[in-house]
Amino acid sequence: MIRALQRLGAGTLGVAERLGRGHLFLIHVLRGFPALLPRFGLVIQQLFSVGVLSLLIIAVSGTFVGMVLALQGYYTLVDFGATESLGVMVALSLVRELGPVVAGLLFAGRAGSALTAEIGLMKATEQLSAMEMMAVDPLHRVVAPRFLAGILAMPLLAAIFSALGVLGGYFVAVGLLGVDDGAFWSQMQAKVELYDDVLNGVIKSIVFGFVVTWIAVFEGYDTVPTSEGVSRATTNTVVHASLAVLGLDFVLTALMFGD
Amino acid sequence: MTSHADEPLVRIRNLVYARGDRPIFDGVDIDIRRGQLTAIMGPSGTGKTTLLRLIGGQLRPDAGTLQVDGQNVAELGLRDLYELRKRMGMLFQNGALLTDINVFDNVAFPLREHTRLPESMIRDLVLMKLNAVGLRGARDLMPSELSGGMARRVALARAIALDPMMIMYDEPFTGQDPISMGVLVTLLRTLTDALGLTSVMVSHDVQESLSIADYVYVISEGKVVEHGTPDALRQSESPWVQQFLKGLGDGPVPFHFPAPDYGADLMGEVAG
Repeated sequence: MIRALQRLGAGTLGVAERLGRGHLFLIHVLRGFPALLPRFGLVIQQLFSVGVLSLLIIAVSGTFVGMVLALQGYYTLVDFGATESLGVMVALSLVRELGPVVAGLLFAGRAGSALTAEIGLMKATEQLSAMEMMAVDPLHRVVAPRFLAGILAMPLLAAIFSALGVLGGYFVAVGLLGVDDGAFWSQMQAKVELYDDVLNGVIKSIVFGFVVTWIAVFEGYDTVPTSEGVSRATTNTVVHASLAVLGLDFVLTALMFGD
Repeated sequence: MTSHADEPLVRIRNLVYARGDRPIFDGVDIDIRRGQLTAIMGPSGTGKTTLLRLIGGQLRPDAGTLQVDGQNVAELGLRDLYELRKRMGMLFQNGALLTDINVFDNVAFPLREHTRLPESMIRDLVLMKLNAVGLRGARDLMPSELSGGMARRVALARAIALDPMMIMYDEPFTGQDPISMGVLVTLLRTLTDALGLTSVMVSHDVQESLSIADYVYVISEGKVVEHGTPDALRQSESPWVQQFLKGLGDGPVPFHFPAPDYGADLMGEVAG
């Protein structure tokens, strides 16, 4: 009994300590952002590896998610003779929810795990230590550009995901299922609001980008510097970041779309 | 800063440092004199690398003072610490080169981070440093294409890029074949003399260390066991030092890890 309590206490303290370290880490990294402006090349390099290299999986997933949405939506709506609303349904689902969330999950799996493994291995091979001894702050030189790139890349990836999803939905609805072309677009145009729907989706994707990248770079930096530690940190990144995306999505949706 | 030439560059007094419950240093005094090559020797696991990290300010001592060039390292703020580190180089055991950039960019890294020199001058400086370690021709290779000894020499070129006052070497000879070992031994000595550097070398390679060091400290179990010039050390009457220098399997350091009585243990009489 006592031992169980002890373990619970130690576990809680461990979590609290880690959370504290994660926030101190965040503050330290954010302080390095101003210094990135004159050296934006560092961020562009990372935008390439975080953003451009994630493009393929985001594009393919977006297209297919849109296609499946149209297919499933059609079978429901056709009973009510409301297949013209298919465009609205696909667009709203993507812009409000699936775009940011699925792009966030894919981003955690593709870019987040790569960031954690890269930084973790740099730590394990003493590259971060060597930078410190060269009077270069690794949090500013290594982590900050990756962090900023993640925050910038995620909304763009989510937007691409949604746009291709709408196109995929259009292809299935109009091309395969014979929904009226004009109705598909005009209803979408009439019902999807710029501020209520699109902007809220963009805000979500920015929040997800921030949280996923934060978890990824912190897990990498906080790795136990062994091969086992790096592998555990990479797994942690994907699991924690995905859970964070799903949990935050619920909170944000309740705040944004609740009355 | 009153840096007298005959005052030691690094002055360590009564240093205490523990990792968790395990004491690593328990009252260590060390002086590292300017312009000399000082070797710090001891068995594996005696915290030799920890000592370098303490000098570099990556770890803070639990008690005692640790001064580098008159500054108390543990009391420096982050900015002053980074200023001090610009004047120190450190050679890590595996080189710790940045793996995503080539040899040239690795050596140029500290120059680009800390100076605003034009690229043409950086090029000249990098080629000079690389030439000093004999790897001017390897400038376009990636770190993964280098042998262990070459990686260490590139790291050495990088460590001297900013012309530091002191270089710390962490186990520079470990795992080297005889030729690259010989190259490194000669390099350490000639760089110390030619650049007027102060060198601190942590090692357990007895013959190599004694052959080039000006002064040697032997550490074991958190204490300085013996110190002196290599010749004085060879004459040491301490049986422990003799065992360490000659590499004997048994002696004051027993072959067996502390254990209960062998016979009783086999009979299962020891509560386990």
